[in-house]
Amino acid sequence: MPRTARDVVFVDGVRTPFGKAGPKGMYAETRADDLIIKCIRELVRRHPELPVERIGEVAIAATTQIGDQGLTLGRTAGLLAGLPLSVPGYSIDRMCAGAMTAVTSVAGSVALGAVDIAVAGGVEHMGRHPMGEGVDPNPRIIAERLVDESALVMGQTAENLHDRFPQLTKERSDAYAAASQEKYAKALANGKIQPDLVPVATRNSLESQAGPGWGLATADEPPRPGTTIEALAALKTPFRVRGKVTAGNAAGLNDGATASLIAAEDVARELGLPVKMRLVSYAFAGVEPEVMGFGPIPATEKALANAGLTIDDIGLFELNEAFAVQVLALLDHYGIADDDPRVNPWGGAIAIGHPLASSGVRLMTQLAHHFEEHPEVRYGLVSMCVGLGMGGTVIWENPNHEEYGK
Amino acid sequence: MTDRQSLIEQATAAFPEEVVTHAPVHLLDLPGGAGRFALITLDNGFDHTKPTTFGPRGLINIDVALDEVAKLAQNNEIVAAGVTGKPFIFAVGADLKGIAGAGSKEIAKATGKQGHDTFRRLGELPIPTFAFINGAAMGGGVEIALHCTYRTVSASLPALSLPEVFLGLIPGWGGTYLLPRLIGPDNAVTVIIDNPLSQNRQLKGKKVFELGIADAIFEGADFLEESLGWAASVVKGETVVERKEYPEAEWTAALARGKQIADSRVHGATPAPYLALDLISGARTNSRSEGFDAEDEALADRIMSEEVRSGVYSFNLVQKRAKRPVGAPDRSLAKPVTKVGVVGAGLMASQLATLFVQRLAVPVVLTDIDQERVDKGVRYVHEQLDLLALKGRLNSDKLNRLKALVSGSLTKDAFADADFVIEAVFEELSVKQQVFAELEAVVRPDCVIATNTSSLSVTEMASKMEHPERVVGFHFFNPVAVLPLLEVVRAEKTDDASLATAFAVAKTLKKNAVLVKDAPAFVVNRILTRFMGVVNDVLDEGTPIEVADRALDPLGLPMSPFELLELVGPAVGLHVSETLHAAFPDRFSVSENIRKLVAAGKRGIYQWVDGARVVDPELEALFTVGDSPSTAEQVLDRATSALAEEIDYMLKDGVVAAAEDIDLCMILGAGWPFHLGGVTPYLDRSGVSEKVTGHRFLDKGVASLP
Repeated sequence: MPRTARDVVFVDGVRTPFGKAGPKGMYAETRADDLIIKCIRELVRRHPELPVERIGEVAIAATTQIGDQGLTLGRTAGLLAGLPLSVPGYSIDRMCAGAMTAVTSVAGSVALGAVDIAVAGGVEHMGRHPMGEGVDPNPRIIAERLVDESALVMGQTAENLHDRFPQLTKERSDAYAAASQEKYAKALANGKIQPDLVPVATRNSLESQAGPGWGLATADEPPRPGTTIEALAALKTPFRVRGKVTAGNAAGLNDGATASLIAAEDVARELGLPVKMRLVSYAFAGVEPEVMGFGPIPATEKALANAGLTIDDIGLFELNEAFAVQVLALLDHYGIADDDPRVNPWGGAIAIGHPLASSGVRLMTQLAHHFEEHPEVRYGLVSMCVGLGMGGTVIWENPNHEEYGK
Repeated sequence: MTDRQSLIEQATAAFPEEVVTHAPVHLLDLPGGAGRFALITLDNGFDHTKPTTFGPRGLINIDVALDEVAKLAQNNEIVAAGVTGKPFIFAVGADLKGIAGAGSKEIAKATGKQGHDTFRRLGELPIPTFAFINGAAMGGGVEIALHCTYRTVSASLPALSLPEVFLGLIPGWGGTYLLPRLIGPDNAVTVIIDNPLSQNRQLKGKKVFELGIADAIFEGADFLEESLGWAASVVKGETVVERKEYPEAEWTAALARGKQIADSRVHGATPAPYLALDLISGARTNSRSEGFDAEDEALADRIMSEEVRSGVYSFNLVQKRAKRPVGAPDRSLAKPVTKVGVVGAGLMASQLATLFVQRLAVPVVLTDIDQERVDKGVRYVHEQLDLLALKGRLNSDKLNRLKALVSGSLTKDAFADADFVIEAVFEELSVKQQVFAELEAVVRPDCVIATNTSSLSVTEMASKMEHPERVVGFHFFNPVAVLPLLEVVRAEKTDDASLATAFAVAKTLKKNAVLVKDAPAFVVNRILTRFMGVVNDVLDEGTPIEVADRALDPLGLPMSPFELLELVGPAVGLHVSETLHAAFPDRFSVSENIRKLVAAGKRGIYQWVDGARVVDPELEALFTVGDSPSTAEQVLDRATSALAEEIDYMLKDGVVAAAEDIDLCMILGAGWPFHLGGVTPYLDRSGVSEKVTGHRFLDKGVASLP
């Protein structure tokens, strides 16, 4: 039986405000599953034209699938969000690229015709689930020197990337980081950030260090507006003595969730759902785990090749800023300037935060906004590095472009 | 500040065990740029199993929070403020221990005034206020919400009520003034009068919204987020809530309906509903302060009344003592029950089988003497289960499961692997002994054998058995599915393991078990029969039926003695009175006229014509009566004296552990009202106990004013 792959589109994306992980963070006593549930409900609320029983899959990513991030989160979150019992769901884990993988995974199902519409998203509550919680690495990893010991400590892999590319200096990283904060502050002041946010009620017990009682999270907690290059230069380098990676030129430890609606383009048109981006291609690639920040480069190469495009065809970039150096590595590779306005126009994870498995959908949601503002751009990409030496890249087409669909 | 410090010290001294509610204020930004909002969370620091209540120190905390909110409002730092609860609980009202502890009217009045003075600030700030009713809300919890300008409610809300009248109180922190003006007098009568007097009926979220108590309703999953979003739209003027005025005619009609409800439920026996109606009536024209002052006065009077002390005592019996039966053996001794046998397939047996299969979900076998009866019994259980499914209480899978668990058998061999067998055969000692002998031949030696006898001696029933230690009395009340009481009878040789199993089964059946001694007719039937005996006696002596039957109206019992006789069935009533007469001939008589009534096959004294009761006209010819009629007062005096005498004998004989158990039995098994405290608090306060027995049943202050 001949098959035709269906076009897959990004309908909409939302996220919770991102919080600082830890006992003083705004989500200190808020459950991870509640964060993702609020996102799913908001998507449904924003699209009354969507018959919820048409949702064919709920794919939710989390890196640490324990406790309130466990129990097959995609299924439990769907149930708790009030989706019909007939809607199935599952969990995804590709560490930082969790939500990205949720999107590409359901996109495959949509393209194949197995699913018409899917919810894809991710959550990471790094306060309740610190990195490395419950991990049990196989002792062969060390015994057989399969990977460098530093591979499991993300900050050390970023230092390793500085080693590999000596031209990526600490000064360049700090300058990039300060610019990220500045771009975010400007976008916030211009009201760009707020529309994607789902307010989350936060409840703290009487003993809470974050202040007792119910509150409402309506804004990101991590950004540090006014951060200067000079201030960044003075920060400690916790991963290596006299190193280059600091808390200021890397994303922090954060809590947050994202969710998106992914659909077959014809179904979206039939239902009157918005079509914000069309999926062109995607790719994941592996690299040496100790330089995991290099991962986006081969992933992007593959994705471009799959699409039959070159880097010159890409007009907008949403790159995850796990570490400034890892973004710079990709930019340098393609000869793009550190301050190229096509890159992360509203700032990135260094300012906003990076709740691991949730970030991929944030990149996509923001790219969709950039597309609306830039109908002259036909293609954009989102890319991120992934722990244990991987990268992931997704290329999207702008429906606002005059040659869209031609 | 020192004033407040000394207030706190006074409050602590007066009510040291208060579980103090905190009221942290959290500032947040409303969605959509609507402005800053101060949110107060009512939280006692425990999880939802210990609901938030209001005592004097908790009210001070709320007052302090409102100081902060008022200051923020004054400085234009906030655009609105709100109140919500900890997860799953909004607030369940005044701490009853604090209320019942008030030693003087001044203190009682101060309690009311403190609530008003605190809560009313929410309605008198220069900014709008919101209550987000996220979970259970009762009494003062509802009232703090009513003081706010607007309210939202969670669609998942399990219970909201103003239960005060149920306890003999009145809603005294603004409820009677604010509620009728908000939702109209007729709906207010439903919430303040009708619901509390209908087994304290609770409202769910949807109904709270429909009645107009809440202005908006949101699903539980993101209730607070949506509520704050709604508050933002109100603040911005995008949402406008219209308030109605209710014309005088509606007030008049509502109050008349309220009076009718009160009359039909309490027959004037407790003043609470009538006082509440007066307050509702006043709300139409009173100013806020007048309305609140009237509540303070009425509440203080009620707190200082015997009925309320008895009401709180009853409430605690049902909430606490009923859940931890006094004298029950250690739970760990109970053996698992994986199969149940029911001897007999008649109506009672079928009701028991229904209850057992529904609650235990284990195989239940009914036996009887012929296939037709067995089939009828099984069919009855299946029909009852179908009815539960129709009501939505069972889904089809559970229905299939439970139906498949019920079977019938002509032989008792089917009980061979049962862990618990109950008999509900004819009330005749020799028949019961025969059944027990047959059972013992087939069941395991450790199988618990229970009898549902209402009046026979369990010890005698077990006397011819090889293993009498496994026999217990398991006395249900009709209708089995409805009445929560189970008298668990320890016979002479009953061992702890069998008794523990019986209590464990009772708990799974969701019945409140009370341990009773194997004494004739146990507790409820003995007291009711003694009481009925007086009514029958005065009837036989020539007192007119209506006088005899109405004489006890001042007690506010759920039904009159002859209505009760009809419910029980004259034949059963007669049988119990004969049993008790045989045991205690001096105190229990057998009425010749009731004998005649039974012989004539009558179902009762009354006939029901168009819903009204009239004395059966044939009785005049049927009955033989004397010529020494009593007045209603004389009947009441004789009946209550007989009660006091009988209860005294029962306590001396150790039928139950304490007077509290008598009261618990009368409340749960006979539906005797809270405001009587069951019965002994009433006998104490009316002086009957001391007159008849020379002593009170309960110390002063236990269920009465100190």
